[in-house]
Amino acid sequence: MIRTFRIFRFDPEKDQEPSYREYQVECPKGSTVLDALNEIKWRQDGTLSYRRSCRHGICGSCAMTINGKNNLACESQVETLKGVIWVEPLRSFPIIKDLIVDMEPFYERLKAVKPYFIAGTPPTDKERLQSPEQRKLLDGSYECILCGCCTSSCPSYWADKDFLGPAALLKAYRFVFDSRDEGTQERLVILDNKHGLWRCHTIFNCAEACPKGLNPTWAIGKLKQKVIREKF
Amino acid sequence: MEFHRHDVVIVGAGLAGLFAGLYTSREFDTAVVSKVYPIRSHSGAAQGGCAASLGNMMEDRWEWHMYDTVRGSDYLGDQDAQEIVCREAPLVIYECEHLGVPFSRTPEGKISQRPFGGHFSDFGKGPQKRACHAADRTGHVQLHTLYETCVKQDVRFYSEFFTLQLIFAENGACRGIVAWDLRRGGMHVFHAKAVLLATGGYARAWKVTSNSHANTGDGLSLVLRSGLPLEDMEFVQFHPTGLYPSGILVTEGARGEGGYLLNDKAERFMERYAPQKMELAPRDVVSRSIQTEIDEGRGIGGKNFVHLDVRHLGEAKIMEALPQIHELALKFTGVDCLKEPIPILPTAHYSMGGIPTNTQTQVLKNSAGDIVEGLFAAGECACVSTHGANRLGTNSTLECCVFGRRAGISMLKYLREDPCLPDLPQDAADQSIERVEGLLESKGSESAAQIREILQSTMTEKMGIFRREETMKECLAKIKELQERYKKIGLQDRGRVFNTELMEAIELGSMLDFVEPIVVGAIARKESRGAHFRKDYPKRDDQNWLKHTLAWKEGDSIRLDFKPVVITRFQPEERKY
Ligand SMILES: Cc1cc2nc3c(=O)[nH]c(=O)nc-3n(C[C@H](O)[C@H](O)[C@H](O)COP(=O)(O)OP(=O)(O)OC[C@H]3O[C@@H](n4cnc5c(N)ncnc54)[C@H](O)[C@@H]3O)c2cc1C
Ligand code: SF4
Ligand code: SF4
Repeated sequence: MIRTFRIFRFDPEKDQEPSYREYQVECPKGSTVLDALNEIKWRQDGTLSYRRSCRHGICGSCAMTINGKNNLACESQVETLKGVIWVEPLRSFPIIKDLIVDMEPFYERLKAVKPYFIAGTPPTDKERLQSPEQRKLLDGSYECILCGCCTSSCPSYWADKDFLGPAALLKAYRFVFDSRDEGTQERLVILDNKHGLWRCHTIFNCAEACPKGLNPTWAIGKLKQKVIREKF
Repeated sequence: MEFHRHDVVIVGAGLAGLFAGLYTSREFDTAVVSKVYPIRSHSGAAQGGCAASLGNMMEDRWEWHMYDTVRGSDYLGDQDAQEIVCREAPLVIYECEHLGVPFSRTPEGKISQRPFGGHFSDFGKGPQKRACHAADRTGHVQLHTLYETCVKQDVRFYSEFFTLQLIFAENGACRGIVAWDLRRGGMHVFHAKAVLLATGGYARAWKVTSNSHANTGDGLSLVLRSGLPLEDMEFVQFHPTGLYPSGILVTEGARGEGGYLLNDKAERFMERYAPQKMELAPRDVVSRSIQTEIDEGRGIGGKNFVHLDVRHLGEAKIMEALPQIHELALKFTGVDCLKEPIPILPTAHYSMGGIPTNTQTQVLKNSAGDIVEGLFAAGECACVSTHGANRLGTNSTLECCVFGRRAGISMLKYLREDPCLPDLPQDAADQSIERVEGLLESKGSESAAQIREILQSTMTEKMGIFRREETMKECLAKIKELQERYKKIGLQDRGRVFNTELMEAIELGSMLDFVEPIVVGAIARKESRGAHFRKDYPKRDDQNWLKHTLAWKEGDSIRLDFKPVVITRFQPEERKY
């Protein structure tokens, strides 16, 4: 079936202002939005720019806004989208070119929460033990592919660019609730401020946006409880 | 143009590159250059697991793992390298755990392990649980953990930089690279004492592939263009179940849980090919069976796919044991596998060959084993050779960890000797500048996308699971033709900022380079071994072909040489499962 795509275009070397361009694309059953973008780039307009890599929802490169909703282009079946299909970059991230946004600020926020394993106690020559129940606490956080859909759809992030954002907070959760990690105190100090945990107003946008079905809002709630418990 | 100085430059931020960076950054200034953000590297796609004889579920020994690996490789693997991989496997898995990898756990709290094809206990006898895993996201957790640890250690990342060229000093030592900054547009010269290539797989040269768009074999092209050889390029693994038409991977688990393969006549055709093991026969056998059905016109509706049917398992079982498969089929083909069978076909998956190295990961320049000073390679782009003619599942992420780590240690040792760093030749980047500017200004009439499409379908049709002299020669002629057409391509995008059309054109150039040794090597190898199956020579021929292929690009053609296989513990025997 032939579908119409209305795509956000901006070339910093040429354009003062962004604009939209329409393309007609033949989309056989099973086509994803990424397939359609490839079709445009390879047959109609080589200047269209976007990131893509694994094309099966695990690398997170092709996060964008599709019909107003943040998603991975590779995971969006064209068939499920109605009318003209609007394709725009992730919201509130600086735009580099067309659908490509600057992810650096996003990574910088991530780095702020010490997104790495901290354990001073030297390990034995085998694995540290961790029970399946302890390990289960990490389910729903370690799967994050850092695509940025959540942070881009978070109204608190739109309002406060210093807010750590749901992805970074989810990463913090992944370490705070890891029974083997010993960095909890350092991290809680970083999280416990007005640009940290307390900027989240529990709007659930992030959970709705996450293409991997994760729930940063819930994780942020757990971290808030933890901070309160440790403080008082 | 900008200049940078680091002790070590690592090209590639997958498991292999990051493991190396972890080691070198402990003592030396380390830069990692990657054309995608590190966590977008294809290693993150690995699902099944990472092999190691921890023996957490049942008795296991590295010797058993080695025997399986040797046999799996159809005796073309170098046993010194295979011994290292299997011996060091527990060590790297424990190291991953110590870095924080969230492995799944046994009730006692140890790392959980599960069975995988080709892995057995007691020298090929019983079943074995050897694959360490984190649910079915093993590569994802390993990649993220290594990246996080590198961040902790202040490794300098140059993300979205495309490496175009290796720099050599007058004495032939490798002393840096030239890379194009994709984001800002601009040439960068990286001056270094040691360079590691860890650029990953290259199955993007096929139309139907499980690989990411980024897997275009740039590292191989860098090596070929530097006048150095590639090893065993003819060995390419096809996984039996890729989603039709894209080739996105459906894991072995779907058949493990009881999924059937059906042809157009609704026959469970595996009865004809492997009546004992049926759908659970080894990968190469199942792939060949599916392809035979398709070739003989029994694909669904005469098309080039068959069905993988899991409906009979029932909704409860599918949603509990195969939720990913359900999601994959739905999201990527629009098929709900509760109601419809999944269309599948074999998919180009993994490449056993690559840049020849010794077990210290030093790059080799000839069959005598002479090394290129300052140049190292590890991971899927390298060939040490752990996998010989055929890789076992879960042995690749393992190889990336073991040899990525070894590369780090090797480079540390080399740097401690403080190799001299001569001034860069003035013209170090000229060749790259000429190439990029040439492409940006090109007004040719050929389209890179079109050439790529022809290349990919030619490789899928003529360099697939079954090979024949005649069709391979047609393939070679086509490649030659495409190489000529490539010289006349023109781009629509002439900008410098994030010019992905330019990037794709350069990637196509890489693919056109490394496919040639694949075909030339395969035509020369007149036998069938592992993943290399020739209808005109269906038998393995140890007498003449128990040897590795080395291929150089010389002028307009490929020159071949051969070197013996290292055999230490296990003598070649017939491979029966
Ligand atoms: C779908 C799928 C599932 C798999 N599952 C398993 C499994 O369960 N178990 C297993 O053991 N193996 C599995 N494999 C194989 C395994 O994942 C790969 O072989 C392995 O991850 C390769 O890692 P690597 O470090 O060599 O390269 P990659 O992870 O591919 O990284 C390559 C790096 O090189 C960089 N690069 C490439 N070219 C350039 C350039 N020109 N300039 C700059 N940077 C460049 C890229 O940006 C990237 O960072 C699977 C493979 C696939 C495709
Ligand atoms: S729940 Fe919190 S983090 Fe998520 S979108 Fe709302 S404010 Fe942002
Ligand atoms: S939580 Fe979900 S949406 Fe947010 S970065 Fe991770 S995977 Fe993407």
